[in-house]
Amino acid sequence: MIRLAIPAALAAITAAAALTAGSPAQAAVLPDDRADVLYHRYEGGGVTVDGPSLLVRKKVAENYSVSANYYVDMISSASIDVLTTASPYDEERTQGSLALDALNGKTQYSLSFANSDEDDYTANTASFDVSQELFGDLTTLSLGFSRGWDEVRRNGDPEFEEPVDRRSYRVGLSQIVTPTVMLGFAFETITDEGFLNNPYRSVRYLDTENPAGFAFQPEVYPTTRTSNAVAFNAQYFLPYRAVAHGEYRGYTDTWGIDAHTVRVGYTHPLGERWVVEGGYRWYDQSSADFYADLFPRRDAQNFLARDKELSTFTSHMLSVGATYEFGASRGSFLKRSTVNVFYDRMRFDYDDFRDILSGGAPGAEPLYGFDANVYRVFVSAWF
Amino acid sequence: MFLRRMILIASLAAATGCGNIEPWVKPYERQNFADPIMAADRNPVATSYLNHVFEAREGARGALASHGGGCGCN
Repeated sequence: MIRLAIPAALAAITAAAALTAGSPAQAAVLPDDRADVLYHRYEGGGVTVDGPSLLVRKKVAENYSVSANYYVDMISSASIDVLTTASPYDEERTQGSLALDALNGKTQYSLSFANSDEDDYTANTASFDVSQELFGDLTTLSLGFSRGWDEVRRNGDPEFEEPVDRRSYRVGLSQIVTPTVMLGFAFETITDEGFLNNPYRSVRYLDTENPAGFAFQPEVYPTTRTSNAVAFNAQYFLPYRAVAHGEYRGYTDTWGIDAHTVRVGYTHPLGERWVVEGGYRWYDQSSADFYADLFPRRDAQNFLARDKELSTFTSHMLSVGATYEFGASRGSFLKRSTVNVFYDRMRFDYDDFRDILSGGAPGAEPLYGFDANVYRVFVSAWF
Repeated sequence: MFLRRMILIASLAAATGCGNIEPWVKPYERQNFADPIMAADRNPVATSYLNHVFEAREGARGALASHGGGCGCN
């Protein structure tokens, strides 16, 4: 059962970005050969999601690099949305990605394809990225385009099958400013067209004939959405070999959501083997124009949503992580390898999404909020 | 159309001699950017997963740091 349609599709773009993440960073050199095995786990708001992610990247000839990623989400959901109008469920989402990078002088081309599949949602995404070093190699300009073809289904209803068409256009720029400072800029426009809401979710409206004082009807979203996001980031190499970094992202879309993200972090080596890091992320968004926790009547307007992801809320995240590096051992084909443990603690506070399971008069229930724990444990090896 | 315009701008920049600008940070001064701790994304799989966590629970999307990072250390 899909939780929200578009994030499943966005995951495919994110996966493609992971495969090509080295391209804008190092336009004139292909990424190193490496393999990563990751276990991820998310626990929060009655939802547990865990599974593996495997990545292998290998150079082919002098100017090509291929990579593949296999990713699984095993989901067990008893979230407030599910408990309100449905029954807890388990499901699995698998995702596979392939990418080819090609280097030609100071230009790198990346082509990737990702497929995400679950019971009731299939997403296919093709991406093309190109990056070029300019101005004495102090500047890296990157351009990218993704196209997605999705299919939304509904369990228990074999007749239900709706398409979604997605496009993403992005440009990025990184600039070495001084021997210790690098600045970055990114802009991305994403357009969606098709069935964009969750086929299972409902909105609630006042209903005096119902003993609870309210009733539910299926949500209705617009069939198009266009978003623009712009991000600025900075990295500062400190004199004692450590890195401080910060980022701001501004976001707006045609559904009326405006969002701001601020992130700061610090990375610090300890001796020859250890690297520790910590960070904080703040996120704040306004609600979609057609969102309401409680509509005044049935069919109160043409578009209706009560997804808490479209409500007004603020989230905070504290992160800590540690990496231990093994050196190359004689006779081994591995150049180096690392063991990594990362933990993130998240807090979500909703301003206009109420916890209707707590009771109270309709529209006067306590506001909803929850904490989440995110674990990432992985091994990386370079060969 | 957007992509075509951006490629045109990049091509014009290259054709008008931008590559001849004297780099004010010399290649031998860029060793900090080659340090692994300065890499724009040291752990792509872990970062990709965290971005997925955000996208599944937030309304905003796009312009992730992994698209805008950079090194230029060669």
